[in-house]
Amino acid sequence: MCLAVPGKVIEIFEEAGLKMGRLDYGGTVNKVCLEYVPEIELGQYTVVHAGFALSVIDEEEAQKSFEAWREFKESAARAGMDVFGKPL
Amino acid sequence: MIKYLSEYRDPVNAKKILAQIRKVVTRPWVIMEVCGGQTHAIVRSGMDQALPAEIDLVHGPGCPVCVTPLETIDRALAIAAKPEVIFCSFGDMLRVPGSGKDLLTVRSAGGDVRIVYSPLEALELARQNPERQVVFLAIGFETTAPGNAMAIVQAEREGLHNFSELACHVLVPPAITALLGSPENRVQGYLAAGHVCTVMGLTEYEEISRRYKVPIVATGLEPNDILEGLLMLVRQLEAGRFEVENQYKRSVRHQGNVLARQMVSEVFEVVDQKWRGIGELPASGLRIRQRFAVFDAARKFGCESLQVEESKICISGVVLQGLKKPGDCPAFGRECKPEHPLGATMVSGEGACSAYYKYKLPIILSV
Ligand code: SF4
Repeated sequence: MCLAVPGKVIEIFEEAGLKMGRLDYGGTVNKVCLEYVPEIELGQYTVVHAGFALSVIDEEEAQKSFEAWREFKESAARAGMDVFGKPL
Repeated sequence: MIKYLSEYRDPVNAKKILAQIRKVVTRPWVIMEVCGGQTHAIVRSGMDQALPAEIDLVHGPGCPVCVTPLETIDRALAIAAKPEVIFCSFGDMLRVPGSGKDLLTVRSAGGDVRIVYSPLEALELARQNPERQVVFLAIGFETTAPGNAMAIVQAEREGLHNFSELACHVLVPPAITALLGSPENRVQGYLAAGHVCTVMGLTEYEEISRRYKVPIVATGLEPNDILEGLLMLVRQLEAGRFEVENQYKRSVRHQGNVLARQMVSEVFEVVDQKWRGIGELPASGLRIRQRFAVFDAARKFGCESLQVEESKICISGVVLQGLKKPGDCPAFGRECKPEHPLGATMVSGEGACSAYYKYKLPIILSV
């Protein structure tokens, strides 16, 4: 019921008076309702539950954690191990 | 692969966060992840094994399929068996055992039971089939309530009076409050479900955190989100702090989704609600308001009191409260398997028993 993966908005349209959109999940395309995220634009990512988009993913916040992780990644790669202590 | 996914699952990142947790932790802590999606991510990734021994992760009641009361399932079965009804449900409800059977059995006996991914699909069926009654089984936490509310408002706008919902929504903060208030409580910190917070925001958790002096971190569903949430929680616990923090900033705003919250309170009202395996919790559910009574399947099809019967062996109630783990159940992997489940926690894609069955069966049965 809870989908962790955000989808990318590739189309926005109206249907029966509701703001709808098509989302791309890395190749799989789904129709969802965008009424709860009226500010959303093409190309943005959103978290969806049971056919309804509930938040626009904040790119800046997402970027921040990526940057921190990129650093982690480099130093951990130098250690050459994976999560369970196995060599990469 | 979309750009957001890989980083949140990268094992190298995970390793780094784990190392930080190991560095911070000095004492044993009991931490509950509330959300069933998180339970699955934890067990699947083997994270519970990789964490330092000081951290005991217990699994919470955050699986809506598991806590939907038996009465609601039995009522769904009775409505779905009616010849004039097209009964629509999310797929994971189909095999949840009622007192005697499940929705799949009703379907093979000729009931018109269909799987939908959104309440709007059920609404579409109501448009296409004006001579039939379309009933949607509207269950879930705060995350599904906005969509289910919208479907009712839309049905009213279009005058689709052959559409109704059998609604049974449960709310997370009252459940956490009940667990914290129980004399058996061992949990010292909570990972709150990021998606519930996406809708509802953080204010309710701030109240709980202050009242019970317990740290709570709103956390996403990817493995590395969970690890990061744990790190934030352990830091608070070790420092004796109890605050609400937000790990899932990319989706959770402090006020939640205001439009969604408004729509939910327009259509639903808060009521006392029974949770399967746990019992009745005050102000922990949502009921369709009187003003929308024509779209309420419970009112439309009658609420005759049902005789319900739970399996005698199943301990899913205490599993859902984090007091026991699935491996403690004598039936686990023996009488109770996903093919013939005794409790809802074995059926649902978010149930703790099914997570243990999928990823831990050989370990548990060998001890
Ligand atoms: S393993 Fe089956 S019988 Fe045991 S608690 Fe889980 S669902 Fe119930």
